[in-house]
Amino acid sequence: MSKVIIVGYGPAGISAAIYLKRAGLDPLVIGKDYGTLSKYPKLLIENYYGFDKPISGNELIENGLKQAEYLGVDLVHDAVLSIDEDVAGGFVVVTQENTYKTEVVLLATGRDRVSVKIKNYQKFLGKGISLCAKCDGFFYRGKRLAVVGAGVFMKQELDYLNHLSDDIFVFTNGKPLEVSVPNKVVLDPIVSFNGVNKVESISTGENNYDIDGIFIAVGLPSTTNFASKLGIITEKNDVVVDSTYQTNIPGLFAAGDVIGGPLQIAKAVYDGMQAAAEIHKFLKKK
Amino acid sequence: MMIHELTIKNFDDIVLKNEQPVLVDFWASWCAPCRRVAPILEDLAFDVDGMAVIGKINVDEEIELANRYQVMSIPTLMVFKNGEISEVLVGVQSKETLKLALDL
Repeated sequence: MSKVIIVGYGPAGISAAIYLKRAGLDPLVIGKDYGTLSKYPKLLIENYYGFDKPISGNELIENGLKQAEYLGVDLVHDAVLSIDEDVAGGFVVVTQENTYKTEVVLLATGRDRVSVKIKNYQKFLGKGISLCAKCDGFFYRGKRLAVVGAGVFMKQELDYLNHLSDDIFVFTNGKPLEVSVPNKVVLDPIVSFNGVNKVESISTGENNYDIDGIFIAVGLPSTTNFASKLGIITEKNDVVVDSTYQTNIPGLFAAGDVIGGPLQIAKAVYDGMQAAAEIHKFLKKK
Repeated sequence: MMIHELTIKNFDDIVLKNEQPVLVDFWASWCAPCRRVAPILEDLAFDVDGMAVIGKINVDEEIELANRYQVMSIPTLMVFKNGEISEVLVGVQSKETLKLALDL
């Protein structure tokens, strides 16, 4: 069991890992992709200290990973599917490949980039559209439901909801289905969610499906999903932390773009260093 | 500065007929994020003592109230002013956000 799990291996996550490692702790870093820095492969970084020539985001991330590896940090290329509080204290982190127990989690997941661009999504969020099956499934027992998504995350939410209703559609929203499900599947892209005060139907242009509730599980779970399931306070998509980089959940820290502020490498690296110092203090007190 | 346990029997008196703004927390024991609301409300109760009323509704026990107010996600925090809903917040909120919702 690792005492600290860092989710995300961008500048904030790796910076925290380096400081924690050097402080004598053995953090485990779990990352799934290169995040914002790989978004524009041709874009070169010129404003970060210490590089005589501009460097690409991918190269910078790869250097960071190599640096962490050189220092003996455990790195895992894997996607986190869920983070839950453990009844015995600490957290249980489930990934595609593994299940981990840990005392501290540091979210260094970057900006939430999974956005749903379907008409009326924002309007019905909390009014028939849910981001968490375990939180809201209760209200939809025996109802006609839709789960939007095509992969393992969708399957995870669907498996839970299938116990609560036997009338559930899967909408892949135009994506090929990546997992096998026993439910009815609609492959057409969704044009809009419809209703008056709450969601009443999903339109794919050609067809209209009457639905009582919609669960969104597109791609892989994002920070927003972890936050709503755990009860982390967020403000305008940013995770709220106190001066010790801790969220409202003791032992759950966050650093880098995920907590807002300047979306700069220098700031993320600083956050990582500070969060590492605070995590070190937190574990010492225990 | 107590937090009222609201039921279908006391709801009208404590919430709808109150002259002070009332913050109502819809929760359930199986809801993990709901457990994060409780300490925030306890803290808030001190801050707004004498200026606002805070109550909570267990949706497992008070199904009628949850249905009446179309609660479809918990935690849901609802602010009532003069017997009417003035704000609905879904998910865990900071103390400051809740104060603003109460106009305090």
